[in-house]
Amino acid sequence: MSDLTRLSASEIAGLVASGAASAVEVAQAHLDRIEAVDSALHAFLHVDTEGALDAARAVDKQRANGDALGQLAGVPLAMKDVVVTKDLPTTAGSKILEGWRPPYDATITRRIKQAGIVMLGKTNMDEFAMGSSTENSAFGPTHNPWDLNRIPGGSSGGSSAAVAGYQAPLAIGTDTGGSIRQPAAVTGIVGHKPTYGGVSRYGLIAFSSSLDQAGPFARTVFDAALLHEVIGGHDECDSTSIGAPTPPIVAAAREGARGDLSGVRVGVVRELGGEGYQPGVLASFQAAVETLRGLGAEVIEVSCPHFEYALPAYYLIAPSECSSNLARFDAVRYGLRVGDDGANSLEDVMSLTREAGFGPEVKRRVMIGTYALSSGYYDAYYGQAQKVRTLIARDFATAFEKTDVLVAPTTPFVAFDIGERAADPMAMYVNDLCTLPASLAGTPAISVPCGLSEGLPVGLQVMAPALADDRCYRVAAAFEAATEPVLAAIPELSG
Amino acid sequence: MKYEEVLAKYEPVIGLETHVELGTASKMFCGCSTEFGAEPNTQVCPVCLGLPGSLPVANEKAIESTIRIGLALHCSIATWCRFARKNYFYPDMPKNFQTSQYDEPLCIDGYLDIRVGEVDVRIGIERVHLEEDTGKNTHVGTSGRIHGADYSLVDYNRAGIPLVEIVTKPVAGTGALAPEVARAYVTELREIMRTLDVSDVRMEQGSLRCDVNTSLNRPGEEWGTRSETKNVNSLRSVERAVRSEILRQAEVLDGGGKVVQETRHFQEQAGDTRPGRSKEEATDYRYFPEPDLVPMAPDEAWVESLRSALPELPAARRSRLRDELGVGAADMVHMSNAGVVDLVGATVDAGAPVGEARNWWLGYLAQQANAREVEPAELPIGVDQVARVIELVAQGALSVALARQAVDGVLDTGASVDAVVAERGLEVVSDTSALEQAADDAIAANPDIAEKVRGGKVAAVGALVGAVMKATRGQADAAAVKEILLKKLGASG
Amino acid sequence: MDVSPALPGRRAAERRIGRSRASVDFDTVSESSDASTGRISRAEVAHLARLARLAVSEDELDLFAGQLDVILGAVARVGEVAADDIPPTSHAVPMTNVFRADEVRPPLPREAVLAAAPDVEDNKFRVPRILTDEA
Repeated sequence: MSDLTRLSASEIAGLVASGAASAVEVAQAHLDRIEAVDSALHAFLHVDTEGALDAARAVDKQRANGDALGQLAGVPLAMKDVVVTKDLPTTAGSKILEGWRPPYDATITRRIKQAGIVMLGKTNMDEFAMGSSTENSAFGPTHNPWDLNRIPGGSSGGSSAAVAGYQAPLAIGTDTGGSIRQPAAVTGIVGHKPTYGGVSRYGLIAFSSSLDQAGPFARTVFDAALLHEVIGGHDECDSTSIGAPTPPIVAAAREGARGDLSGVRVGVVRELGGEGYQPGVLASFQAAVETLRGLGAEVIEVSCPHFEYALPAYYLIAPSECSSNLARFDAVRYGLRVGDDGANSLEDVMSLTREAGFGPEVKRRVMIGTYALSSGYYDAYYGQAQKVRTLIARDFATAFEKTDVLVAPTTPFVAFDIGERAADPMAMYVNDLCTLPASLAGTPAISVPCGLSEGLPVGLQVMAPALADDRCYRVAAAFEAATEPVLAAIPELSG
Repeated sequence: MKYEEVLAKYEPVIGLETHVELGTASKMFCGCSTEFGAEPNTQVCPVCLGLPGSLPVANEKAIESTIRIGLALHCSIATWCRFARKNYFYPDMPKNFQTSQYDEPLCIDGYLDIRVGEVDVRIGIERVHLEEDTGKNTHVGTSGRIHGADYSLVDYNRAGIPLVEIVTKPVAGTGALAPEVARAYVTELREIMRTLDVSDVRMEQGSLRCDVNTSLNRPGEEWGTRSETKNVNSLRSVERAVRSEILRQAEVLDGGGKVVQETRHFQEQAGDTRPGRSKEEATDYRYFPEPDLVPMAPDEAWVESLRSALPELPAARRSRLRDELGVGAADMVHMSNAGVVDLVGATVDAGAPVGEARNWWLGYLAQQANAREVEPAELPIGVDQVARVIELVAQGALSVALARQAVDGVLDTGASVDAVVAERGLEVVSDTSALEQAADDAIAANPDIAEKVRGGKVAAVGALVGAVMKATRGQADAAAVKEILLKKLGASG
Repeated sequence: MDVSPALPGRRAAERRIGRSRASVDFDTVSESSDASTGRISRAEVAHLARLARLAVSEDELDLFAGQLDVILGAVARVGEVAADDIPPTSHAVPMTNVFRADEVRPPLPREAVLAAAPDVEDNKFRVPRILTDEA
């Protein structure tokens, strides 16, 4: 049998459904691959060998019984460690949660298990999803399978590396300011941030509640749509969950793969490009726009003047919300406790625990958020940032009056070296320039590979109006069908 | 300084913040039970334990109850409002923020009319908002209190129970009556909660808690600096806390000092207030709209349907008692002084004749309240149970003596009247042959007394009646026993 | 101009991000910082750390004071937008009145509740002595 780890999720599902491969074989092949290459990649924080094989056996048994199988039954998946998994270690990349085994499943974990998807383990990430490189993990960085000296993006860098590195055909990421799209872009895979409220947040360890969204990573647009369909849809445990069905994303991915974008109006956002972007990135993007035009799309330049305020607004809103969300890590109910020597007060123990348990980026953001929410500063900072969100949403609305989707590079640069930007928070934050507007507006956006620059992948971002995730999938699938697979160029990992 | 002297020099301004735990079946943001008295940490889930990843979903009944409270207090109901996070670290708060409301409360700007003696006072209501309760800390160590404790233990069963906060506007101009006004306000508020059936409002269990703000100023001057007194756990304490704060602040001011804005704790035993431990620095709660919840927008149709379904409120019930049920003015004053007007009214509403309801509440129940040093309304017996006792007596199923035993049982165990009657076998013995036998026994055992009765001293029969009652453990109808005895002794009553 | 002269490792190329006419002008952000926020002092960082229950070290106070100053200067740019008449957005898809029925659901088993606790006594969470009064 050909290497099972090189197949797409839908191919694997087909083999399992037909009996050409057992789910156990598939799981074992991926576990072997992890065993072989994860010492180099460090994509996983926890590999659940027994749990994966048990889940695979259950799928094989279902098939043997003649039970109906889900569309992705038997397909392995790598789960970002920010998603709560019952009885499996869940750390969100933080020392403060080291050893915690949650007593419950996130809604998306439950849906993934019910679909017969085989969870291989938990992937590395920037601590509490704060970062763009996975260097902020308390458990060491993940390496980009394209070049082990480079970052795999972040915060969902473990998930992107696992998929690009053929450890799993599918992965779950979360995106607060670009944490699915940017890692997808710099590892040459597909990643989609759904419309806010489209996928339940119940069981996602919160970073910024009004921005966080879970979404799929895959090596093809179609696979991403299949996974999105499994995790998406209304959840009564999440008050912000949209009470409408997931848009027809799988059908849209199929439709797009036919390669016809006639009648589709594609807006190029003037403000997301230009000086400061790497020339190779811009060149790949220009070529991508031409490809879209070649597929029949009508290309229009649009202006979104308030996008330039997305970065300052984001770096107020996200830290503000996280300063409150992370207050619960206090050494009382779960997690780390430091300094409980019988003499220290609870207040001391809380402060010592949080000091020891949080990394520098988390502390920075907690303090910025604490500052921005303080009385006297609230209106000028958090309040004003929420108004900027309105302006950004209006920019989108105006642009979507004459376009169906907007496109931009996913990131200003390709994967950079580990350590290159670590010392300077602001240098790291500019990674998110192109992804932040859709985060703040809550609109869906996908990143699909669009060629290489200096031998490293570049991402094309396709943005759509809220609830129109299907447009992202359609355009991305058409683009994918019209271009050479980027991953074909990935160097073989020695393993 | 005497209270009267203080009031000659200073004018008190009071304000009250009352927290009422709602009697919903489940918590504010999750499905955990709100039952009181469960084993520690058995009524918690990922949401109310603040586990990473968990999210709140608001309890519709709690919102509805809050709106009903607002309507009963003549408030305007917000057409759009949000929950907010109040951020501060405390171990009884699982998320280290309290989901509350800040500048967008559900209900604003109402009032409550109360009467103290012959004086009518309108208490302005600033706001009524909804939030979640905290867990409970137990302090372990020789003191048993937070100060000087060795360590503390936390139980989160209470965390997340819906809590309504009712804040008054400052109440000025009530002079020496201020302590009584405070008490009357809380009393009336509690009656309204009972009538709305939104809470069991039991101060001793903490389902109604009160913070009292007090300040003093000289006539014509600006209002003084206020203190906030917490730990006020009974109606009596509300009155005492205000009075002791007035006295304490007057002493400070008379001594040329300044009243400090601070939180104080009422000491039940000593009857005074003591300062809390001052914080290192002013608390900054960093309120912001709760992003995990969406706004509430009660539409007019919903609010109006709640308004039209409001029950008759205590004030209206009182005037009905007076006007329709014919309770005389003197009786009203009597009942008012005993704090049982609403209880009588509610007992009547539960089906009892007004005279019987009045007699029970002014008689035996008032005595029991007195013996227990609580208000009649604080007795752990519901008006439906009182009405049931009255019904059983009327049916002849209980004698008055048995009825009192049944009430004692309810007060002691919290069980229903019917359960107490069944369990203790409290039934009138109407088996005539058993009574005849008991009468014969009593006569045989007390020949001297029997002879006196036979000789015409009918009053002496009481001792024999007592003996029969004792023999039947009080379960006979005394009048019937007397009749039997007199008949047997050839005398007539 | 240099955004952060005090910070090491910042490259000229990175500083040029967003210099173009239309894109995010990243370098100008610190200009407004002096006007809007002023310098964040060590004392202010210490205050924030106390509020956030972080026992930061002396070295961190210096590091964070510099970094927070730059970041807060940068984000203060949101104030440049005239937005007095603009309503704030908290959620992308506006929703109201998302409620649940008042129904009791099963709690967690107590073993699961207490399993992850650093310290337990009498089935309660044990914590060191508490200094401050309740709020």
